[in-house]
Amino acid sequence: MSDVVIRAEGIGKRYRIGERERYSALRDKLAQALLAPWKFFQHAPRETFWALRDVNFEVREGEVLGLIGRNGAGKTTLLKILSRITRPTTGWAEVHGHVGSLLEVGTGFHPELTGRENTFLSGAILGMKKREIERKFDEIVAFAEIEKFIDTPVKHYSSGMFVRLAFAVAAHLEPEILLVDEVLAVGDIAFQKKCLGKMGDVARSGRTVVFVSHNLGAVTRLCQAAIWLDEGKTKLEGRVEDVVAAYVSTGAVETGERRWDGADRVPGNDKMQLRAVRVIGPNNEAANRVDIRQSFWIEIEYCVLKKLTHVRTALRLQTSDGTIAFTSADSLDDAWDGVPRPPGVYTSRCEIPGNFLNEGPYWVTVSADIPFVEPLFYEEGVVSFFVEQTGGVSGRYPERWPGVICPALKWQIQQRDFSIAETRDNS
Amino acid sequence: MGELHSISTAPELAAAALPTQGAPRPVLRITPPSKWLELRLGEVWAYRELLYFFVWRDVKVRYKQTVIGVAWVVLQPLLTTAVFVLFFGKLAKLAPAGIPPLVFYFAAVLPWTFFSGALQAATNIVVSSQQMITKVYFPRLVLPISAVLGGLVDFAIGFVVLIALILAYGIRPGLAALWLPALLLLAILTALGVGLWFAALNALYRDVRYVVPFLVQFWMLASPVAYPSTLIPARWRWLYGLNPMAGVIEGFRWALTGHGQPPGALLLASTAMVFVVLLGGWLFFQRMEGTVADMV
Repeated sequence: MSDVVIRAEGIGKRYRIGERERYSALRDKLAQALLAPWKFFQHAPRETFWALRDVNFEVREGEVLGLIGRNGAGKTTLLKILSRITRPTTGWAEVHGHVGSLLEVGTGFHPELTGRENTFLSGAILGMKKREIERKFDEIVAFAEIEKFIDTPVKHYSSGMFVRLAFAVAAHLEPEILLVDEVLAVGDIAFQKKCLGKMGDVARSGRTVVFVSHNLGAVTRLCQAAIWLDEGKTKLEGRVEDVVAAYVSTGAVETGERRWDGADRVPGNDKMQLRAVRVIGPNNEAANRVDIRQSFWIEIEYCVLKKLTHVRTALRLQTSDGTIAFTSADSLDDAWDGVPRPPGVYTSRCEIPGNFLNEGPYWVTVSADIPFVEPLFYEEGVVSFFVEQTGGVSGRYPERWPGVICPALKWQIQQRDFSIAETRDNS
Repeated sequence: MGELHSISTAPELAAAALPTQGAPRPVLRITPPSKWLELRLGEVWAYRELLYFFVWRDVKVRYKQTVIGVAWVVLQPLLTTAVFVLFFGKLAKLAPAGIPPLVFYFAAVLPWTFFSGALQAATNIVVSSQQMITKVYFPRLVLPISAVLGGLVDFAIGFVVLIALILAYGIRPGLAALWLPALLLLAILTALGVGLWFAALNALYRDVRYVVPFLVQFWMLASPVAYPSTLIPARWRWLYGLNPMAGVIEGFRWALTGHGQPPGALLLASTAMVFVVLLGGWLFFQRMEGTVADMV
């Protein structure tokens, strides 16, 4: 039974509104003291806002814990408290072991210094000893793939090179406890894959990791447990699959539909806006459970604001562990091929055949873009639905057949040769 | 769903990857800031390597950015000295007899340049490092300390030139030169003490940094940089002596050239004051440290 390495009880963090935006000027404070001395001693009641409220949890040694939630839920604040960057207002936490925190890529880099100098500087700031950095120096440079430019000032690096070096330094931090905040959300796809690979290595090496991310696929792959923070409070904690599935289906639990009319943030831009996404069952109504044998539709409703040509909406289906089932786009509808779309409300409906997807939960990501020109919106995990086993292809069998899809394929059995069977019987 | 996670935590593998397994682990307790004042001295020592890196960074960056590089470190105090010699020495006739004006002024300008540079650097460093402070933990005290120590490198180079100048004029420093490290230390502690107050205030009220250049100017006039301390009337000598930098500058000149007053009782008084300011600054800074990440 492994020990608890992080224990938090009653953690709360309160900010005074105005503290973050404006810092006062000393001259104003002094002027106030002279003109209205009584006010100087009064504490004006300021609005406060609790970023975290009564958060309790335990992390065991070697565990990889995911921290998920909407923007502003308090995930980064919690990491900052565990990293000692800011102190809690209430509660306490106990941390057993050396902590390394990666809240940003490129902490401490100075543009005038060379890559080599910055590696040492950034490594030292992150907590590595000089000897450690010297030992790992070649590895870091190889991981970043910038051997040729290691002695050039960083101000001459492209943003890609900068990110690669910065992440390479951070990736070679080997504390007992690692706190990571969405650092993987930078760089190109190839680099992100590399980072995920490295994160996987770290997770497997027995280190304790607390991982904050919006990339639910990465969270599901790397973490065993997860905590869902909502408005500073722990909404749910438990196994990563359960927490992620619950988080993803918010707003779509009852009806299998997610709408954005009247919401504060409408995905899209001045050309196109997303209005709703729904899963529609055979009775033409929104549903969040579908029959494995029956075809159903996923409908994307959107508003075109300017006349657009060559625009396409697309959807992506993922299983609960993040595996992508498939991606498809409405450019497959020949009727609208090359036809300009005048402003108005549109729906793009995709029919998913029955006896195709396997049983289990799925979630939907939608996007729209003008290919090779401009992305219009991209929303991950907007609705989720559950494919129910009602007697489909594998329905007769007690276990779920592994696989993302479970199509009804044609099989043909044919008898070829009688003679072999008879020979066996005789011997 | 177990097969989906290929993360195996085979104990042998884990033990091999973490060499510190078995060694006693540091336990950290994270609590809200306490009402009482906390002085965390040991922490700064634990982060001394980081302190070295910050000083190294500032020095490297400073030298890379100027075209003339190292030469500027010497040119700047020399040019100031030349101006002083011309205006305060020749025109205002403030320079005393018995010591070459160039030596009289350079021996004062050098430590003064160190002090004023250190004070201003310490004031600004917390705010200018705000990006880093909100992303990584280290005892924030390391920053103003590194700002003050960074000036020592420039000072050392200028000091070599000063010694060369003194020897060139045929002046031989005697045993009195042994006072130099103590005087330098007093200058460092004064810069740090006042710098901590200003660094904390600047993080809270951003206009403080505009006050510092004025303060430094006034302070220079209140110190025997441009004139000898004999200029001060006898009955005000005690007040004047309370200024620690007065003792440092006068003592510096005296230690190197034998000219002027040796350090006296007043220096002890001002040293005591410096320690009070330093302690207060340290406590105030640590108090502010808890909230700076929220504001900066």
